[in-house]
Amino acid sequence: MNSIYMDNNATTSLKKEVLDAMLPYLTDIYGNASSKFYKVGRDAEQALYKMRESVAKNIGAANVNEVYFTGSGCEADNWAIKGIAFANKNKGNHIITTKIEHHAILGTCEYLEKHGFEVTYLDVDEYGFVTPEAVEAAVTDNTILISVMTANNEIGTIEPIKEIAQIAKKHKIIFHTDAVQAIGHMKIDVQEMGVDMMSLSAHKFHGPKGVGMLYIKNGIRIDNLIHGGGQERGKRAATENLAGIAGLCKALEIAVSNLDANVAHMKKMRDRLIKGIKKSIPYCRLNGPEDEGRLCNNVNFSFQYVEGESILMMLDMKGIAASSGSACASGSLDPSHVLLAIGLPHEIAHGSLRLSVGEDTTEEEVDYLIEVLPPIIQRLREMSPLYEGVEKGDK
Amino acid sequence: MYSEKVMDHFANPRNVGEIEGANAVGEVGNAKCGDIMKIYMDIQDNVIKDVKFKTFGCGAAIATSSMATEMVKGKTVDEALALTNKAVMEALDGLPKEKIHCSVLAEEAIQSAIEDYKRRNGESDKDSKCEFCCHKCSDVTEE
Repeated sequence: MNSIYMDNNATTSLKKEVLDAMLPYLTDIYGNASSKFYKVGRDAEQALYKMRESVAKNIGAANVNEVYFTGSGCEADNWAIKGIAFANKNKGNHIITTKIEHHAILGTCEYLEKHGFEVTYLDVDEYGFVTPEAVEAAVTDNTILISVMTANNEIGTIEPIKEIAQIAKKHKIIFHTDAVQAIGHMKIDVQEMGVDMMSLSAHKFHGPKGVGMLYIKNGIRIDNLIHGGGQERGKRAATENLAGIAGLCKALEIAVSNLDANVAHMKKMRDRLIKGIKKSIPYCRLNGPEDEGRLCNNVNFSFQYVEGESILMMLDMKGIAASSGSACASGSLDPSHVLLAIGLPHEIAHGSLRLSVGEDTTEEEVDYLIEVLPPIIQRLREMSPLYEGVEKGDK
Repeated sequence: MYSEKVMDHFANPRNVGEIEGANAVGEVGNAKCGDIMKIYMDIQDNVIKDVKFKTFGCGAAIATSSMATEMVKGKTVDEALALTNKAVMEALDGLPKEKIHCSVLAEEAIQSAIEDYKRRNGESDKDSKCEFCCHKCSDVTEE
């Protein structure tokens, strides 16, 4: 068996139906959606409207014009944070977020700190949950924005978004959520969740890379991130990436209509993996929540005495694609900020492995992984000075 | 990202293990930074008769440990002390930039073992335990 993809939290494969939906906009319908005085431009404009309508419906937005297409989830996050910060700088300079956000949020907040904004990075508990009480306690008269992710990309924690949204509403603070990992893995309805803004990215749910979306509830004032032409109702310049948007739209349609069946399948695969690994590998720890409260497709383990990149390399030799929060795997000096935030010591965080299943993951693939992983961990442990004496019970 | 030689030494590391009754043992790095190398040597008449390693770390850490032990096996103590991280890297057909510190760690691990040998023979009063983590990681402090 080869080529088993277990890194669906990193990106997903492009669906054939999605590609088919994109192709006309790379060929026949090449018009600029802003050029309305001839047919091929109007065709593009009309198609764009229909796509926006479909996306709005599939995220539960009240209005079509609350959907703004972007070049990525990262751009949507950057825009949400900077756009709100700069538009409200006369009202206040305080932003509340969490320690386990994606770097798109954290990096943007750190940038804003250099420009006079103050940011509270909330702690999370050992499972990665942030509490609504902690959010409320951090609110000051200067708070202009709260941003908490819907679900964590590394350990799968699903945050209490609805409750946090109520707190934001009570204090009249704008609430943004990064739902990039959540779409396709749980029900997303912006009105039901009560959020003011939400980011998503097409390639996390079998759409193309290079296209994302920011939902902005009507009435929210936000500065532009990208200045120039009048696209996206003057809020985001750049000729619309129609093929990309068509892909996002189609992928979202499929993800939403198959949601229940997909979630049930991924949960089954996830739990089979968790059970199998726990049973066959000693000295391991599941990072993130046990069951409810965890993304249906995310598995994250730490294996004591070994380092994550080595695990990834050995899995790759067996044809398995996975990911790790070790410093080496992340290309930095420190292991994953998320694993440190849930209280793992560095050495345990270095030994982490993330396996994220997809709707196409089969039982055979899961069983193959459960078969090849224990000997890999054992081999690396036998090579590890930290493991010396462990088996004999000295440690 | 890694050369074929690195992959070979990672997949089939040479000299893995411990030497019972080793007369030189050195350990460098720390778990916090994500890499520890421990070197065991059997030194007779100033010649490294046998050398083994145990490493906790990434692919490059394992490959550099493997290569460094290969390079000092059968050499005199002075020859082994002259081993540089650059030589280890070259023998592996290079390392990605962010992995150069692994080769530094390998060089230090060899030196640390030999320091231990010298200390045991009363030739050095230096403590063989390398307290620094590794050059690239030296800004990581204990909490």
